[in-house]
Amino acid sequence: MMNQSAEELNKIEKKDLFGSGHRACGGCGQALAARLVQDASGENTIACVATGCLEVFSSPYPDPAWRVPFLHSLFENASAVASGVEAAYKALKKGPVNIIAQGGDGSTADIGFQSISGMFERGHNVLYVCYDNEAYMNTGVQRSSFTPLGARTTTTPTGNKTRKKNLPLIAADHGIPYVATATVDDFRDLQRKVKTALSIEGPKYIHILAPCPLGWGHPGELTVQVCRLAKDTGLFPIYEIIDGKLTNVRKIQTKVPVQEYLKLQGRFSHLFKKGGSPKVIAEIQEIANQNIERFNL
Amino acid sequence: MLKQIEGSHAVAEVVAKCRPNVISAYPITPQTHIVEDLASIVGNGELDAEYVNVESEFSAASVVLGASAAGARAYSATTSQGLLLMSEVIYCIAGMRLPIVFTIANRAISAPLSIWNDQQDSMALRDSGWIQLHAEDNQEAADLHIQAFKIAEETHLPVMVCMDGFILTHAFEPVDVPDQKQVDSFLPPFQPTNIVDPRWPRGIGLFADPRFYLETRYILHRAMEKSEKTIKKVSQDFAKTFGRDSGGFIKTYKLKKADVVIISMGSLVGTIKDLIDQLEDEGKKVGLLQICSYRPFPRKEVYNTLKNKMNIVVVEKSISLGRGGILASDVRWSFPRHEKKDRNISSFIAGLGGRNITKNDLRHMVEKVEKEPVELEFLGLKKELIAKKDL
Repeated sequence: MMNQSAEELNKIEKKDLFGSGHRACGGCGQALAARLVQDASGENTIACVATGCLEVFSSPYPDPAWRVPFLHSLFENASAVASGVEAAYKALKKGPVNIIAQGGDGSTADIGFQSISGMFERGHNVLYVCYDNEAYMNTGVQRSSFTPLGARTTTTPTGNKTRKKNLPLIAADHGIPYVATATVDDFRDLQRKVKTALSIEGPKYIHILAPCPLGWGHPGELTVQVCRLAKDTGLFPIYEIIDGKLTNVRKIQTKVPVQEYLKLQGRFSHLFKKGGSPKVIAEIQEIANQNIERFNL
Repeated sequence: MLKQIEGSHAVAEVVAKCRPNVISAYPITPQTHIVEDLASIVGNGELDAEYVNVESEFSAASVVLGASAAGARAYSATTSQGLLLMSEVIYCIAGMRLPIVFTIANRAISAPLSIWNDQQDSMALRDSGWIQLHAEDNQEAADLHIQAFKIAEETHLPVMVCMDGFILTHAFEPVDVPDQKQVDSFLPPFQPTNIVDPRWPRGIGLFADPRFYLETRYILHRAMEKSEKTIKKVSQDFAKTFGRDSGGFIKTYKLKKADVVIISMGSLVGTIKDLIDQLEDEGKKVGLLQICSYRPFPRKEVYNTLKNKMNIVVVEKSISLGRGGILASDVRWSFPRHEKKDRNISSFIAGLGGRNITKNDLRHMVEKVEKEPVELEFLGLKKELIAKKDL
């Protein structure tokens, strides 16, 4: 690991390498996260982006919103494309350069799952950032394997019946040297994790909860509030796994019942109507409780 | 120096001499010997390249896409199901104008599963914006790779070098594998022009709304058409440097005086030439037009060469189900409508899934078209294996 002082790691970077002119919705968690990631990484970066919201709102010809090199080809192959960029840099003896593959939850955990697993297993020196908005937002809010229990999407109109796939732990089980989770309300923490990841040789994975006001059904100005509640309920644990060891777990100061989180979002509103679905809410609370216990939140 | 070696080995040696920076592939029969040989060439230090073992053909194509976009000379090899799995990336590579070279060890497509040769796989990707060059024998397969990198890098178009699976890949023939100096003198180092590099931030792979998309496809189509010049020039330059003819647009054999002209591509033309010699001894005038560059299609050459020929037969190892011979369609389209009147263009499908195509089969084909044109026939079809209702 390269030595960076605590001061450097904790500094909030604002370089405007991503953002000006993008067409994301107001309050978009992904746009905010992408800006924080790129600014933390700096100019010496190649962004390999999967098809999805991020790509669509930031890269229409001739007005891309990127001030670092941007490479996009398909939905399911950002990890493999980034592997190829890294192989080229090695072969041509160029660099060092920060290569960041990035995409939404669908391109990461579903259609791109094989590709990301291959990249981890082969040990490429690439950071993968997943912007998790818990559904296929770009195509109109359809269910993904990251859609949480109970959430309504256009393909789970009565509420999702399954629990969310846990990719950070799957990533860690590949034996990669760095895994972290983050949310877009804590700029310092998110950027510190990006900088830490980029100082480590090998494959890295950062999983960022990125609320989608349109798909989640919350006002854009509540994106930060929603993130805080996701953490304080225990539904989205914040931690790092460095060389297989769980560390820097964010402790919850005052535990909040999951209802507080669910009530803010239209995608869960059916759970509270006509007598509600106490069983589903109880099961969601159970997921939070399990997280609290498992990660000692 | 002439060496008695396996086709796959010859291709691997020659590809290595083209000095690719990044190689990525996923094993699939009958491509395996090529990528195994390249792995050992990289492994023993003869070639300084990154060899990326991936988890699927989809990722192999994606890795070379990324590598090429970052400025590397990049190579892969595949066939059949592997090529179909790559198909989304194949289109993307062409659209992004990345000069990548692939070997296609032509093989049939499932179902039913068949590991044996035909040309349905590359045919399925014929509209993707890749140049497709077909090798007649292992010498040409080897030579075409050297040409392919040059063509790709000059035209900014990807190139597939197609060689018949097993028939060429696993055949031992004498092949002149050029030495490194010769290859270096013919193929200069790759000078990429449009790459991802933090020194010059730019976007590659932006999305195009309806104001722009149509033009991108027009430009790509024109680039394919214009690549004709480069393909011919590179083939001529190759002949000057290496002293033998390989590649180009078309080749002919005993065509001038021929009453019947056979059109085909790939390794089958060897058998056809043998038959033509035999028939000549028997007093029959049959000639051959060999398609070397299937995409771009040599429409003008086909027309100019055959405008006085009235009896043409196309024999091919692929089919558009529900339509008929694909190469035959291309050939029929090569003649202006008003000239078609007295010209017979027969279409035969042969060798699907590795069925042997013998000289006798081809003799039967020639005898048949001498009598009357054939709209479509499956050569060597065993009707006894087919239920009456399916005939």
